[in-house]
Amino acid sequence: MKKKTFAIFVGPSVFMMVLFIAAPLLSVLWQSFHVTQPVYEQVEVEICTPGLLGSVCTTEMKTRPLLNDNGKILTETTFVGLQSYRNVIEPDKLRTAIARGSWRDLMNIRFWSALRFTLVFTILTLPLVLGTGLLIALAVNNTLQRIKGPVIFVSLLPFIITPVIGALSIRWLFLGDGILTAGLEWWLDRDIAMFAQAWTIELMMYIYRVWHVAPFAFVVFYAGLQTVNNDALEAAIIDGATRWQRLRYVIIPHLMPLVIFLTLIHLMDAYRVFEEIVGFSASAHVISLQWLTYEFLLQDGTGARAISRASASAILTMIGIAILLGVPLRRVWREQRGS
Amino acid sequence: MKPRHILLAGAMAVAANMAFADCTNTVPVKTISNAFPAYEIMTGVMAGCGNVESELDKDHRLKIVDAFSANPSLYSMTSLTNSTSVPMIDADLLRPLDDLIAAHGASLNPHQFIEIDGKTMAIAAFANTQHLMYREDILSDLGIAVPTTWDEYIAAAEKIQAAGVVDYPIGHYMKDGWNLAFVFVNHYLGEGGEFFNADWTPSIDNEKGMAVLERMAKLGTLMDPEYLVSDTTFVTKQMQQGKIAMANLWASRAGAVNDPAESTVSGKVVMAAGLRGAERIASTIWWDGWAIAKNISDEEAAAAMKLIVASMAEDVIQANNDDAIWLAKGFVPGDAAKGAFDTAAGDAVPYPMNKYIGSMHSALGSGLAAFMTGDKDAAATLADIEAAYVSDAKEKGLLK
Repeated sequence: MKKKTFAIFVGPSVFMMVLFIAAPLLSVLWQSFHVTQPVYEQVEVEICTPGLLGSVCTTEMKTRPLLNDNGKILTETTFVGLQSYRNVIEPDKLRTAIARGSWRDLMNIRFWSALRFTLVFTILTLPLVLGTGLLIALAVNNTLQRIKGPVIFVSLLPFIITPVIGALSIRWLFLGDGILTAGLEWWLDRDIAMFAQAWTIELMMYIYRVWHVAPFAFVVFYAGLQTVNNDALEAAIIDGATRWQRLRYVIIPHLMPLVIFLTLIHLMDAYRVFEEIVGFSASAHVISLQWLTYEFLLQDGTGARAISRASASAILTMIGIAILLGVPLRRVWREQRGS
Repeated sequence: MKPRHILLAGAMAVAANMAFADCTNTVPVKTISNAFPAYEIMTGVMAGCGNVESELDKDHRLKIVDAFSANPSLYSMTSLTNSTSVPMIDADLLRPLDDLIAAHGASLNPHQFIEIDGKTMAIAAFANTQHLMYREDILSDLGIAVPTTWDEYIAAAEKIQAAGVVDYPIGHYMKDGWNLAFVFVNHYLGEGGEFFNADWTPSIDNEKGMAVLERMAKLGTLMDPEYLVSDTTFVTKQMQQGKIAMANLWASRAGAVNDPAESTVSGKVVMAAGLRGAERIASTIWWDGWAIAKNISDEEAAAAMKLIVASMAEDVIQANNDDAIWLAKGFVPGDAAKGAFDTAAGDAVPYPMNKYIGSMHSALGSGLAAFMTGDKDAAATLADIEAAYVSDAKEKGLLK
């Protein structure tokens, strides 16, 4: 292809990527090193508010932002270096926790407890998603041709559901005396509160994510299975390979590029875990890095947000994903170079 | 959340059934407000006057600052409360209403006005607070006197628990985040605590803060163990389904717990004043009302004012007496309002109207759960919340 033609084809998407990905990213990076604040003045103000029995009037010192000539709030932006990152990571507390060798102290720092959950969540669900997906794919591949269509459709359902909605419906099955909790209570003959402690909520979140994402792995693996070389399989059968040996030495090596692909996608997705925290109202017990960013971004009662810390936390999340992706990506790169 | 035009249609149907004083409106007016019965009633009346488009949205507070900053403003008026009024007044987005009140507001009660330095910035429609709701039948069966303080409340709850007549003796809105922080705010005020020193540095890490945490932990043992996901609606349902015997709940839910259409225990729940801490009633008074945008024409503002006045006309209030603790003329406090009135007649204070409490409230919201789950002890919790407040207030420019 000519250089010019190439540029014309690629240009629009490069432009879009710069506009919608690179530019916002740079702006977040910039904001994580700066703080923008309104300029405040202290004034004495008399305020009367309604009470049920009459007005309540008080005179108090109020902090009020100054307005500029256009009637907008006057703000000033200052460079703060790594201060916002320090506020997120809390290195002083981290040092004390390490010095004391106390895991509990460490988990009481919001960032580190969020990092702990996010990592465990990502790494624990990965093999489960791959394994479940492969199992379903093998099972479907071996079912009768007639019922294949319906089976594939049913297996895909969890993936079609919007994540937050799926999490909420599972939450309602378990919350309070939800159907499943009531069922478990009847079966085990004891009182169960699924949302009262961290480990049950975490368990529900792991199971939910695997249930939700495994169909995607299944579809990809199923497509891969259709391209397995039949000659190789037949040769293996003639050599006396068992079903397990065929899977281990013929099918899985053939699917390996797909495993890497799914791993990359899953690492990126799972590290950004957020829907589960919202859906299962888990924030009292476990939080994720994305939740932490969201918490900074949330307006407080009087409409202010912590944009700088939110930006710092978002950048840290991105660095985390980059590090995690580094492992499988390096492997791919090495293989590419080797071949 | 999407604009709730369906609600609006319902509200219009209600309004159509009620013949109110003539309020014909010819200037197009747009309103945005919170979404609950009192606002459905008021916007319904406005819709009946013609040319009014209303948006009822639970998350309206996230929109109004930006919407009113536009010129012309995207809405003519908005609903406001103690805390949502702060950013609107700070950014100078509201129109002083004194002239309009003089021209059209003769029928309003003077104590409906929110005045700042003598200028009326908003008009309250109704008040809200938190107070005791209890199952009269259970308390009289067990011979328990109606509690008036939190200590009596806990003692009564322990007796009810021992008797085993309900699943859990009490319910409380202790959902992680805003609700959990709000419980602390109320109790800390009830203990006579001050959240800030004179220079706005935090001051909750003290004996009063410790006492509040100790009480919150105690309350946790008397509730459904899943209380960290329980919000006001959850507690209301627990009450309606007869799972709890007592709750300190928002006055706006007093109608629902005795509503025969929703509640299995209707008629058995009695309202009483908010419970006392060591110093005063540990509840806060909130007002809820309307304010008009600065960036709209005078003509539109006058039309908005007339609509506000019409929506609080005496016959409207009389027709919907039990749906809110109305501040406008015509309201006769019934059984449902008794708890709220006794709370206000006591010494409960208004929820603070400043920027610092916003920052403190969110620091409490993210810092208290670790204490309730037992991950952190009380002293460390309070110290960490103070530190979180300082770093938040510094980032927002409130502290040097």
